[in-house]
Amino acid sequence: MTRRVAVTGIGAISAFGHTYPDLWAGLAAGRSAIRPLTLVPPGALRFPNAAEVPDFDPLRHFEEKEAQMLDRFAQFAAVAAREAIKSSGIEFSRELGERTAIILGCSGGGKSTEDDGFYHLYALKEPRVSPLTIARAMSNAGASRVSFEYGITGPVFTVSTACSSANHSIGQAFRMVRSGEVEIAIAGGSEAPLSTGFLKAWEAMRVVAPDTCRPFSIDRRGLILGEGAAVLILEPMERALARGATIIGEIVGFGMSSDAHHITQPSAVGAARAMRAGLLDAELDPDAIGYVNAHGTGTLANDVTETEAIRSAFGAHAQKLLVSSTKSMHGHTLGAAGALEAAATLGALQCGLIPPTANFTAADPACDLDVVPNTPRAAQVEFAISNSFAFGGLNAVLVFRKSA
Amino acid sequence: MSEDLISRVTGVIAKTQKIPPETVTIDKSFEELNIDSLDGINILFALEGEFDVDIPDDAARGIRTVREMVEGIEKLLAAKSQAAESPQ
Repeated sequence: MTRRVAVTGIGAISAFGHTYPDLWAGLAAGRSAIRPLTLVPPGALRFPNAAEVPDFDPLRHFEEKEAQMLDRFAQFAAVAAREAIKSSGIEFSRELGERTAIILGCSGGGKSTEDDGFYHLYALKEPRVSPLTIARAMSNAGASRVSFEYGITGPVFTVSTACSSANHSIGQAFRMVRSGEVEIAIAGGSEAPLSTGFLKAWEAMRVVAPDTCRPFSIDRRGLILGEGAAVLILEPMERALARGATIIGEIVGFGMSSDAHHITQPSAVGAARAMRAGLLDAELDPDAIGYVNAHGTGTLANDVTETEAIRSAFGAHAQKLLVSSTKSMHGHTLGAAGALEAAATLGALQCGLIPPTANFTAADPACDLDVVPNTPRAAQVEFAISNSFAFGGLNAVLVFRKSA
Repeated sequence: MSEDLISRVTGVIAKTQKIPPETVTIDKSFEELNIDSLDGINILFALEGEFDVDIPDDAARGIRTVREMVEGIEKLLAAKSQAAESPQ
């Protein structure tokens, strides 16, 4: 059985606000949500900025007892899933819950929960940590939380492949719906990495920009970390049409590859292979693609390598592609990155508007694609891809189609 | 550039890279020593500990040889001792 897979719901919580319309409004305006960090003490880090979710009060979303059971990343997952499910109009019966999957990406799990616990242990010399530490910090806590809220009793799991987590999750969910293994999939990713201990580890890697994220610019100085979650509802096209659902867009292909090369250095060969695999899965020629939502981290290495990979996968058509990095606006949200970028890509197809690469200053000759600098671009595009390339050399590319 | 400084820097590089100290000489490039980008930041981290200095990202970015690394540390140590001598 091979079925077409429609996206019928989206939820997102990001530095732009607590809903998908907030995210899309920001991206469509080409506005960057990168701001001074408030979640860690000032001066603790070499970099002062991040893409923080603003004004997040868990008690607006959860009972007090529930809130204390959930790390911030799991709270984000639940908030985004609720919006996605509500917007899809799906009501989960017991039977449908058994035929539904939840696959949510998460790279780090409950980093601030661990950080707090270990601070009490090592700094305050307390002899114990909270008994909720494990349940809060495990990377699947977000997926499990969503399963409880909606009685989803089918396959529920988390994929943790660093910055490709959400693309691997959505891709796997897409294949399970396409093959008929499940009827509905709730898929995406969430991450809340802005705790002092974890940010110190990023600082030591020397890949975080001291100013802002400027993908593909000659003076880019690194990535900017962000937090949030995005969730998509996937269902067979036939089912969506039969129930009169709004079709936001379609997922038509998914490609994966591994570099088998280096734990942190990217490889153009591996990245290009994932893009080609995605096109093959979608049964599309390279020239069918109009837009690439780039991995586009803003590091020196990624942007050059990704440019080379896009040129390799698309050949002469690369010159005609619109390529943008929305990480310049919502930050690099690690395990949520592919999910926020799927939401951005679906918005671009649906609205005929390409979100730009913000904070762009001047072109780097080694990144010589049309990167849609600073200003959103009106363009009717039928097919788009969204790239995610993770530390560890794990690449995942989703292929999207505009709703008919 | 003192012999003591050179030997401390090359010693840190050798220890971090798990290679014999005599292989790390002042005229070697990182490429010759098989030092990649991740090894490089690991060495910077170890040097910050060894010399109690803060090596800014921008200063570290262009370093490709042992000599450049020693020169960089020398500059940071000079700035540190100047800061310690000047009145607050």
